[in-house]
Amino acid sequence: MTAIDRVVEPAVVPAGSTASAPPPGRPNRPRVRWSIIAMLTPALLGLAVFFVYPLAASVFYSFTRFDLVSPPEWIGLRNYEYLFTKDPMVWQAALNTLWFIVILAPVKIVMALFVAGLLARAKHASGIWRTLFYLPALVPPVASVVAFVFLFNPGTGPVNLVLSWVGIDGPLWFNDPAWSKPSLLLLGLWVMGDIMIIFLAALLDVPRDQYEAASLDGANGVQQFRFVTLPNIVPVLVFALVTGVIAALQYFSEAAVASTVASGKATVGEGASVSFGYPGGSLLTYTQWLYVRGFSQYQLGYASALAVLLFIVAAVFLVLLLRKVKAFSPEGAS
Amino acid sequence: MTAVLDRTPPALPPSPVRQPKRARRRGGALLVWISEHVLLTALAVLFIAPVVFVFLTSVMSSNQTLTASLWPETWEWGNYLEVFERAPLARWFGNSALYSGLATAFMLVSSVPAAYVLAKIKIRGANLIFLAIIVAMLLPPQVTAVPVYVMWAELGLTGTLWPLILPNLLGDAFSIFLLRQFFLTVPKEYADAARLDGCSEWGVLTRVIVPMAKPGIAAAGIFLFFHSWNDYFGPLLYASESPEWWPVSYGLATFRGSHGTDWGLTMAMTMLVLVPVVLIFFFAQRTFVEGITLSGVKG
Repeated sequence: MTAIDRVVEPAVVPAGSTASAPPPGRPNRPRVRWSIIAMLTPALLGLAVFFVYPLAASVFYSFTRFDLVSPPEWIGLRNYEYLFTKDPMVWQAALNTLWFIVILAPVKIVMALFVAGLLARAKHASGIWRTLFYLPALVPPVASVVAFVFLFNPGTGPVNLVLSWVGIDGPLWFNDPAWSKPSLLLLGLWVMGDIMIIFLAALLDVPRDQYEAASLDGANGVQQFRFVTLPNIVPVLVFALVTGVIAALQYFSEAAVASTVASGKATVGEGASVSFGYPGGSLLTYTQWLYVRGFSQYQLGYASALAVLLFIVAAVFLVLLLRKVKAFSPEGAS
Repeated sequence: MTAVLDRTPPALPPSPVRQPKRARRRGGALLVWISEHVLLTALAVLFIAPVVFVFLTSVMSSNQTLTASLWPETWEWGNYLEVFERAPLARWFGNSALYSGLATAFMLVSSVPAAYVLAKIKIRGANLIFLAIIVAMLLPPQVTAVPVYVMWAELGLTGTLWPLILPNLLGDAFSIFLLRQFFLTVPKEYADAARLDGCSEWGVLTRVIVPMAKPGIAAAGIFLFFHSWNDYFGPLLYASESPEWWPVSYGLATFRGSHGTDWGLTMAMTMLVLVPVVLIFFFAQRTFVEGITLSGVKG
């Protein structure tokens, strides 16, 4: 609230005028101020209740033992001690998440850039091509995971059937700990449409005369990409990479649904998370582990410690994003 | 179909200038054109194949889905009706519509005015508010899940979808960000002219900004609608133990486990879940694509 009480300027100064002329809207000032407060209050309340408070409360809960039934009990650093020294699954979960950060995010970007590059050059029926490559991104994640688990199922799935035609004995995909993550990578590539559209817009914005100049200087295709295309799309690449990493950091739904559907177990009530990680813990990501500890085992204090650690890691990338991406600075994106 | 992204791509590669090389270059360009289109076509087949296989399986008999086969022997369109009997699919769709519809309506009521203030009115602390919104929108939801869950448990609303719907009355960070980006593109002069004519700030918002930024508001609405329609983590957290509150996205994930291993029915339901989303896309493609481009850093 304090921010809006001190309204500097009710924004009634017409464009181009300086402070010398009295703003024409001055008689309206009190009304203007109240309407601004009314417009901003819900959002500020929302930030306080669903962002600032929970962030602070997570830190507090992380120093307690809390099961939702009895009030939180202060236990100092014991949650963190357990996290770093005793938790049987946290490292495996963190490594699984790291796989999605290090492999899924960059590979998806390369694929999206490659397809966007092809589309930027396709002049005939470009709209149809673009729609086609974009559409999978629209499929609800749960639906796309269910579809992929079926397509890649080793028994009756079309993928292994087609592979067998060319003499390849297909792997067990979502049912094999060594293949479950690569299976999700293929899914990730299929739904790369969002990033592709952003790349395509950036590629089409590269000034054409720069290519002509490079071509006159005798630059070949690879050199043109390196010295003309790349410098022009660096901001978009940084944006895609950092948001991709932040998305991979919280990788949850796809892995959880893949485990649930591939294991074939019912997931009602208490058992909602029993199949998380299937097969063999290979798909148990960090955020799923947080969910299991917090909301299946009701160790909310410990889950908060996991959340604080997640926040610290996410904050590093957030800072990177705020510094590097113009749209995220208040003055940017005009 | 063809209206998507109707920007004209620049002609690449640029036409060669030096005369002697022209003939050779033209032959090379043709080769490049052919190989690019072969590649595009191959990729396109890979991208379409999943949907084709899912559709073909969705109309197979349950006996046939137990064998590895690609083409339906008999076309069992009845699968699409049977899923409604095997699972409370109508109810799930109703829950999804309630969740997505109310969330979107609430978000617009709360976020449009806030985004207007942040885009068009100079107030002290605006940068701090904007920073908070950016961080709130990028923060993994699991970071704040515990205290937020505890709040809703104290209010007795866990076990329903209300914890996912009601917060939108207090603004949604990503929507505010996106709306602000759109409002910034409305020239300042229009708002100033309206103020000179004696318009209040509400008047400027409803009579000048909203009509001019309609595509942006539509894009923000569609994004939140899709986000809620596709949400899995939210319903898992709050409603996994209350099947009567399940939305389709959550119900679909449980279907195979609780209703045997009939892939035909599972694929029929998968098709049904993605139909509404694809329909909305085709009615609002341009708005949608503009929104994606603006949400990613243009500018």
